[in-house]
Amino acid sequence: MRRLKNLIENRLSRRAVLAGTVSAATLAMAGALTPSFAQDVNTTGLAVTEDTVKVGILHSVTGTMAISETGSVQAEKLAIEQINAMGGVLGRKIEYIQEDGASDWPTFAEKAKKLLVNDKVAAVFGCWTSASRKAVLPVFEQYNGMLYYPTFYEGLEQSPNVIYTGQEATQQIIAGIDWVAREKGAKSFYLLGSDYIWPRTSNKIARKHIEKLGHKVVGEEYYPLGHTQFNSVINKIKLKKPDVIYAIVVGGSNVAFYKQLKAAGIDMTKEKPLLLTISVTEDEIRGIGGENIEGAYAAMKYFQSLDNDNNQAFVKAFKERWGDDIVIGDVTQAAYLGPWLWKAAVEKAGSFDIDKVRLASPGIELTTAPEGYVRIHENHHLWSKTRIGLAKTDGQYEMIYETADLMEPDPFPEGYQ
Amino acid sequence: MFADYTWTELGSIFAMQGFAGLILFSVFVLMALGLAIIFGQMGVINMAHGEFMILGAYVTYLCSNFVEAYAPSFFGVYFFFAMILAFVAAGSLGALVEWSLIRHLYKRPLDTLLATWGLSLILQQAYRSIFGAREVGVTLPNWLLGSVPLTDIIEIPINGIFVMVLTFFIAIGVYFILFRSRMGMQTRAVVQNRVMAGAVGINTEKVDRHTFALGCGIAGIAGSAFTMIGSTGPTAGQLYIVDTFLIVVFGGAASLLGTIASSFAISQAQSTMEFFLSGSMAKVLTLLTVVGILMLRPQGLFSLKIRR
Amino acid sequence: MTNLKSFMSRQEMLGLLVVAAVLFVVMPLAMDIFRLNLFGKYLTYAFVAIGLVLCWGKGGILSLGQGVFFGLGGYCMAMYLKLEASTPEATAIQSTPGIPDFMDWNQITALPWFWQPFNSLTFTIVAIIAVPALFAFIIGTAMFKRRVGGVYFAIITQAIAAILTILIIGQQGYTGGVNGITDLRTLKGWDIRTDEAKYILYYVNGGLLIAVLLLSQIVLKSKLGRLLVAVRDQEDRVRFSGYDVSNIKIFVFCFAAVLSAIGGAMFTLQVGFMSPSFVGIVPSIEMVIFCAVGGRLSIFGAVYGTLLVNWAKTTFSETFPELWLFGLGALFIAVVLVFPNGLSGLYRSYLAPIVDRFIVPKGRKAEPDKSTPAAPFGADTTAKPAE
Repeated sequence: MRRLKNLIENRLSRRAVLAGTVSAATLAMAGALTPSFAQDVNTTGLAVTEDTVKVGILHSVTGTMAISETGSVQAEKLAIEQINAMGGVLGRKIEYIQEDGASDWPTFAEKAKKLLVNDKVAAVFGCWTSASRKAVLPVFEQYNGMLYYPTFYEGLEQSPNVIYTGQEATQQIIAGIDWVAREKGAKSFYLLGSDYIWPRTSNKIARKHIEKLGHKVVGEEYYPLGHTQFNSVINKIKLKKPDVIYAIVVGGSNVAFYKQLKAAGIDMTKEKPLLLTISVTEDEIRGIGGENIEGAYAAMKYFQSLDNDNNQAFVKAFKERWGDDIVIGDVTQAAYLGPWLWKAAVEKAGSFDIDKVRLASPGIELTTAPEGYVRIHENHHLWSKTRIGLAKTDGQYEMIYETADLMEPDPFPEGYQ
Repeated sequence: MFADYTWTELGSIFAMQGFAGLILFSVFVLMALGLAIIFGQMGVINMAHGEFMILGAYVTYLCSNFVEAYAPSFFGVYFFFAMILAFVAAGSLGALVEWSLIRHLYKRPLDTLLATWGLSLILQQAYRSIFGAREVGVTLPNWLLGSVPLTDIIEIPINGIFVMVLTFFIAIGVYFILFRSRMGMQTRAVVQNRVMAGAVGINTEKVDRHTFALGCGIAGIAGSAFTMIGSTGPTAGQLYIVDTFLIVVFGGAASLLGTIASSFAISQAQSTMEFFLSGSMAKVLTLLTVVGILMLRPQGLFSLKIRR
Repeated sequence: MTNLKSFMSRQEMLGLLVVAAVLFVVMPLAMDIFRLNLFGKYLTYAFVAIGLVLCWGKGGILSLGQGVFFGLGGYCMAMYLKLEASTPEATAIQSTPGIPDFMDWNQITALPWFWQPFNSLTFTIVAIIAVPALFAFIIGTAMFKRRVGGVYFAIITQAIAAILTILIIGQQGYTGGVNGITDLRTLKGWDIRTDEAKYILYYVNGGLLIAVLLLSQIVLKSKLGRLLVAVRDQEDRVRFSGYDVSNIKIFVFCFAAVLSAIGGAMFTLQVGFMSPSFVGIVPSIEMVIFCAVGGRLSIFGAVYGTLLVNWAKTTFSETFPELWLFGLGALFIAVVLVFPNGLSGLYRSYLAPIVDRFIVPKGRKAEPDKSTPAAPFGADTTAKPAE
């Protein structure tokens, strides 16, 4: 019954769209390679009408992950609103259907399936943790959907149905370690993380790279998610006297870790030990408190304080939309890229069909990204620069270094596994 | 693993590790005291204990913002007022919850567990709606940050000392309230024999309400103090629940001294193991040991000597 | 029919028939395959809830660690499916082909010994039953022989759930860590992800549920079931009558564990992955609330309670995601305060008399359910250590 209804709707919309083709084609970006013929726009029964297209937003609004995912939801909504204000995608306004993953992985899979099967969305922007992505991945592959995944993550994955808009591990790690080794003369590292796959895999890559450089890892340690007592490991750090504390602590544990680090007299503003993190964005600093993390370095691709026109416009728009006291972290920015990258790919393909969007995706460039220029690699990750930021008391990072070239994404790094 | 270090270094490390254990001990006592009163004296399983702590933390957050904005000159001492307010807020909410919910369930302890779990969900969502899903940062007065250096390596965190001193005074306070005051005498009388206590003219309902409110109030103070060392977010309270219950049960439910002893045992075990093993394994081993001992000695470390 | 009557009243037979009709006829007709698969997922929780009715409602033993057994069953199934999905051809890009992908990422180069037997489906099915039963037996023996009960038992089982979660997450090379075991494809070469397979699995699941309901009914109506209720209400009297109370408790705890494990295995098959988030404290407590909403004394109620809560969860979180926790919290409190016997209590007081008029022959009154305690949940004598 539903299938029949869809069929009729599609027929109707195609006929109606034919009339509107001219306007759609003119509205399509000048850079679009092929003019979009209406019958090509949607051949697979997606929820596309003559003037709207439905997409999904799938994040946790409730549960433990809501803390982190709120920013991504806001960024995605902002991007969609901006795209709509510019005339939409192929002349169609984007309508989003928001689903709550509730910090629960099967719920993510369930909702992903609902978005793809029932709502027939043309793309989904969502997921945050690796676990939630792993849970929805088979769903996207089975029902052929397209997921734009914003978080920096551990790599080891390359799905035809996912565009990874955050950095994979090597992009973040290698540039960061190279920098501390070169600029700060760091020779010994203490690796520390929350106990799950991202910190463990990242530290594995970090360890290989540190050893490749001929330096030493003096300790490696993991604590359960949500752990709040770090005094013992801080003592161990004091004993081992590493040059660098390489910290990948996530969530609420972060707050406890940095407060206790400071209380134990480890002053990160001094030369040694310095602290390099890949997990603390401006979002997390809000909870930690700028005064507790002052002097730490972070290696990621985006900081709110980046000084370029794209970013200033983005930050301004974001604050106008979501309030003045909001901060924007790396993942929030990556989430903002999702709808724009999708728009560009759809316009290049001249179609909403998932297969065509997938084919069109590699090579898509975004010159308007707040982080600067990005490009989609063959492996569905982004070419992007890695930057080092220095944490200030006001909770912002000051960028003190950026890689000269775009870092190539390499989700299956040879020699690091 | 000690071969690389000199004796002085080793000495300092043991001193610091001992101190870390003491801080953990204080934290555990502070977490568990309120629960021990409620669980031990009333037999009520308060699964929302963590949320009462977080209420205290949010009160502290509000205070810090208020003082920073309107009375910056008091910023150095606001923390004490915040703790008193946290006690009052958590205690009042506790009294309200006792009146509306708990008093209907005294004969069904397992049901208090479910009802308070429901309450904890409601409180979490309330925090999320009011304060937002993100963690909030509590600004602390400067004198609470940093550490006192004793030698090159040994540095004593000030907030650690603060928690220890606070725990000490609260433990003393609880002792006086329960064992040296009229209210405590009534409480103990009600615990031992509710019917007789009522018969001699003790208002048992009032005693119940006060006891529950006291337990919740102490949770509020604990939460307020933990803003120095932990995070303040809607779901942060859940992190404490398992640890806290194990401490109370391990200590022997009806004994405050037991709670203190078990806090000491568990904290020392955990901090020692954390030093020699990795973090996650230390946690697993500590919990396993506690569960193992509890299986052998279900009444806990200290139990009331009553004829069975 | 006489045999049947001895362990089932007409009311209960009707209940079973209604459940069967709902599962096999109404739902498949009313829902598309997407909703039906979802519904099948909820039904796997019903196994746990039935186990809790026996254990908690009838036996007075509240376990806050049923997620442990659900997880053990689910992981056993997932290990088998993962091995089948990790053929050397399918995993050719790994540095060690032929082992599950997450092991390869963690530099494990050979299949660990405890994974080896899971190449066999027979062993896996035996393990799904035996591993949780053994685990429950160890916990049960250690606790019940020493007369640990009530609140203590609840908290210790909760701690065990916490320990197991930390272990699974920490040993990610062997268990898949926090992501769990994902991307399961086939069972003996049969693709479990197709719509057709989902229909078949749904019916298998439903059939198992009916079987479990029947089995539970037999247990409850046996002498053992009556002893169980007696243990809940007056443990000492049962002991003084010469019965070994701890053995009765151990049995029912193991039985509930096995039911949970079956649910877990079916969950893995229908959902296609297993992760530590079904093992921990929160899912375990949620499972208790399923049982409480259905009515802790009725195995049929447990099924409806599970479905109702999960249906509400899906609906509310779709429409008012931010209000969902308020609703769930209020439900907990309402069930405890206002409807201690849950759905089945409501049924018994309002609907049952009407139904009786039709199905009970004239001149015979329906037997009052003897298992209902006088107080909503009796006085819990085991709350404090034996005093």
